[in-house]
Amino acid sequence: MAKKRVVTTTINDRQVEFLCQPRQTLLESLRDVLNMTGTKEGCTNGNCGACTVLMDGRPVDSCLVLAVEAEGAHLETIEGVAPSDGLDPIQTAFLENAALQCGICTPGFIMATKSLLASNPHPTEDEIRFYLAGNLCRCTGYDKIVRAVLDVAESREEVSA
Amino acid sequence: MATVGKTQGQEPSTNGQYKVIGTRPIRHDGVDKVTGRARYGGDTRLAGMLPGAMLRSPHAHAKLISVDTSKAEALPGVRAVVTSADLPDATDKIANLGEGSVNLKHLSDNVLAHDRVLYRGHAIAAVAADDIHIAEEAVGLIEVEYELLPPVMNVLDAMKADAPLLHDDIKTNDLGETADQLSNIATHIRFEKGDIEAGFAAADVIVEREFHTATVHQGYIEPHNATALWNADGHITIWMSTQGTFTARQQTAELLDVPVSRVKVVPMEIGGGFGGKISVYLPPVAAILSKKTGRPVQLLMSRTDVFEATGPTSGSTIRVKMGADSKGRITAAEAWMAYEAGAYPGSPVGAGAMCVFACYDVPNGKVDGFDVVVNKPRTNAYRAPGATNAAFATETVVDEICEKLKLDPAEFRINNAAKEGVRRIDGPVFPRVGMIETVEAIRDSEHYQTPLEGKHRGRGFATGFWFNVGLKSTAQATVNSDGTVALIEGSTDIGGSRAGIAMQLAETLGIAAEDVVPTVVDTDSIGYTDVTGGSRVTFATGWAAYLAAKDIQGQLIERAAKIWDCDVAKIDYKDGAVVGPDGKRFTFKEIAAEAQTVGEPVIGRGSADPQEPGGAFGTHLVDVEVDIDTGKVTVLRYTAAQDAGTAIHPAYVEGQIQGGVVQGIGWGLNEEYYYDDKGTMRNSTYLDYRMPTSYDLPMIDTIIVEVPNPGHPYGVRGVGEVPIVPPPAALANAIYNAIGTRMLELPMSPPKLLHEILKQQ
Repeated sequence: MAKKRVVTTTINDRQVEFLCQPRQTLLESLRDVLNMTGTKEGCTNGNCGACTVLMDGRPVDSCLVLAVEAEGAHLETIEGVAPSDGLDPIQTAFLENAALQCGICTPGFIMATKSLLASNPHPTEDEIRFYLAGNLCRCTGYDKIVRAVLDVAESREEVSA
Repeated sequence: MATVGKTQGQEPSTNGQYKVIGTRPIRHDGVDKVTGRARYGGDTRLAGMLPGAMLRSPHAHAKLISVDTSKAEALPGVRAVVTSADLPDATDKIANLGEGSVNLKHLSDNVLAHDRVLYRGHAIAAVAADDIHIAEEAVGLIEVEYELLPPVMNVLDAMKADAPLLHDDIKTNDLGETADQLSNIATHIRFEKGDIEAGFAAADVIVEREFHTATVHQGYIEPHNATALWNADGHITIWMSTQGTFTARQQTAELLDVPVSRVKVVPMEIGGGFGGKISVYLPPVAAILSKKTGRPVQLLMSRTDVFEATGPTSGSTIRVKMGADSKGRITAAEAWMAYEAGAYPGSPVGAGAMCVFACYDVPNGKVDGFDVVVNKPRTNAYRAPGATNAAFATETVVDEICEKLKLDPAEFRINNAAKEGVRRIDGPVFPRVGMIETVEAIRDSEHYQTPLEGKHRGRGFATGFWFNVGLKSTAQATVNSDGTVALIEGSTDIGGSRAGIAMQLAETLGIAAEDVVPTVVDTDSIGYTDVTGGSRVTFATGWAAYLAAKDIQGQLIERAAKIWDCDVAKIDYKDGAVVGPDGKRFTFKEIAAEAQTVGEPVIGRGSADPQEPGGAFGTHLVDVEVDIDTGKVTVLRYTAAQDAGTAIHPAYVEGQIQGGVVQGIGWGLNEEYYYDDKGTMRNSTYLDYRMPTSYDLPMIDTIIVEVPNPGHPYGVRGVGEVPIVPPPAALANAIYNAIGTRMLELPMSPPKLLHEILKQQ
């Protein structure tokens, strides 16, 4: 077994150092080394998006990133989305639109939505459907998820207007 | 955060009749699930826990000559290796699992193969080690000698007299008689009604077609998992994602040959199931690894394991023949249905045979069903198991009859609809059901009334039926001094059922849904509760919660009688208050506080075994566009109407309908187990299995019809399963309407549809 490496990253605005084997993925390190189990595992080959985290602002499937690649990176995970005194508007919109049933894909969808809205604050339905196509949900048929994202975009519009 | 917003469609009609039922509160477990705090099975972390990995067969059919684990055991970091030799001898006992029963010998053999592997992915051995990578490395060191046998991958091939046999203990149970020879056909069943020959003789038009459907998977995003601790005192605890803690407990106990009281199953949150998380695969193996290592052991499946070794539902061949007279009345209907059971008997052909003509008043009918083993994973329930295959056949034939008789598909269905008093071919007589109402809802919808225009576009119509089940449920409710109620229940919450159950308790007590705190607890902490399946939880566990609330009402009345020093007969519970003579009144909050200071704690219990789940019907309408150069079908618009009896939480009823529809669209247009000639599934990843993504779909419009179920205090019918039933047929009918091509095979994927289009040109 190759020697473990020290990886220094920023996770949800806090500097974090952790040990990992060179073969461990970022997903495995988050869940099994750092005990951050909010990021979910659905397929381990980048097909389902359940493990989506933001790496330097970009959404990545953390199962396809080696933990050592996170050296020096800024990571955002589902654990860092909510402010300390409540929920992020995306999280509230998912609840108010009943956009989850079993909830296992929800952290990944919320991270992908965060990334979408950062780059495109007012997406159309078609743009939402295209952007979120890398995240699979088997329970909802996506209808209420798309509506939740439309809702967030709309309420942001109201605030900015 | 207020409540869930209204999204589309009309509000259900009973809205307003109740205070809590029909509203849309935020689900109680919502915040945990949007913050990543909810703990699913795979999130279980215990001190000293070891990970494990499993060896699975690379062959679809082979004898196990030898399994040598010595090199794996010698690898540094390996703590234990198990094979089927570590499982107790299983007998041929049949275990009742609530929704269906199972032969324990077959179940044991499925958990760890004994002398034969019957499908690719069949588990052979397992390793627990210091880390997952060592465990996986050790699995690669296990040496297995196989004697390859020819695989049988299709139901029709498996039924041939000279087909290779999977089992040496299966002789056909042919209409109740056991045949002499070994066979892959485990069971042949038949239902009959009236005079089938006279019925067809009276027909003016007869349509007969043969249909084929592929094996498909439930596709839940969370892979199976189990974490087990076999304690030194002999008690076993299993943390897992399951649709039924009590059935998981029973299966695990039986397979390990220990009393059920020695096994505690702790329900973690569950990431989807759709019927596929009822059977146990991992818990007994994890338990034995734990016993051998003295440590908790966690087993997680990979996505490929999930495809190759769990689920799926049956591939099938179905012949349907239906006759109608010139007025459009069905005179006779006949079906021949052969369903693949996978490696062990137990396909849903029985349910399929009961559902195949259940939407219609068929005066003369005959249905034959065959349960057939093939070298694929053992099938398990998948949302209205058996009914979707059957509806694809029947609803396509009905569409053709409507075309031949030039009848409107809605009118034909209304004229022939199943309704109160109609007897199904398999015997039961329908109580009040909402088939006609769902057809009318679609017929009167803006979607149906708006003509579809455009080249290669078409519209399809289909209906579906599912029984729903009742079964056993328990609920317990403790009144808190602040006027809230802690509700504990045994039904694992797969899609928001905590809310639906809490709302029925709240309605009965006249308190707010938010004042009920529901928790799903382990098998030592609540009374027996059957699986989360059969669309039963809101119906039956809701009923148990209703009974628990009635129990609380009774105790509060007694308490008030003591306080007021009057007869209990003079006290009533209404509108959230105990009401006595002379204007005496305690609100629930007041008496809850009072009860805390004086007398024994107030705890309500409800245990239910309701028998009248009320059948569920759905009618769907879909518009598609076909690309005739590629065979790709685009869904343009979809409307689904469904009788929910009473919609407790309409947003989650809509969600069930939308989710079921989209699974049905996947089944209809793209999903299939694609095998090579060696019996290897070649598309065992999500990328290649290709379930619908958000970009493949339009919004799914829903119409909730409410024909209250007379068999439930609030009129609830289950809603979860029936929405998957009509979509493949509706899509096939839409494709025909668009380009004149009749698709008789699922999936109607681009290559298959293009093949038919080219044949037609």
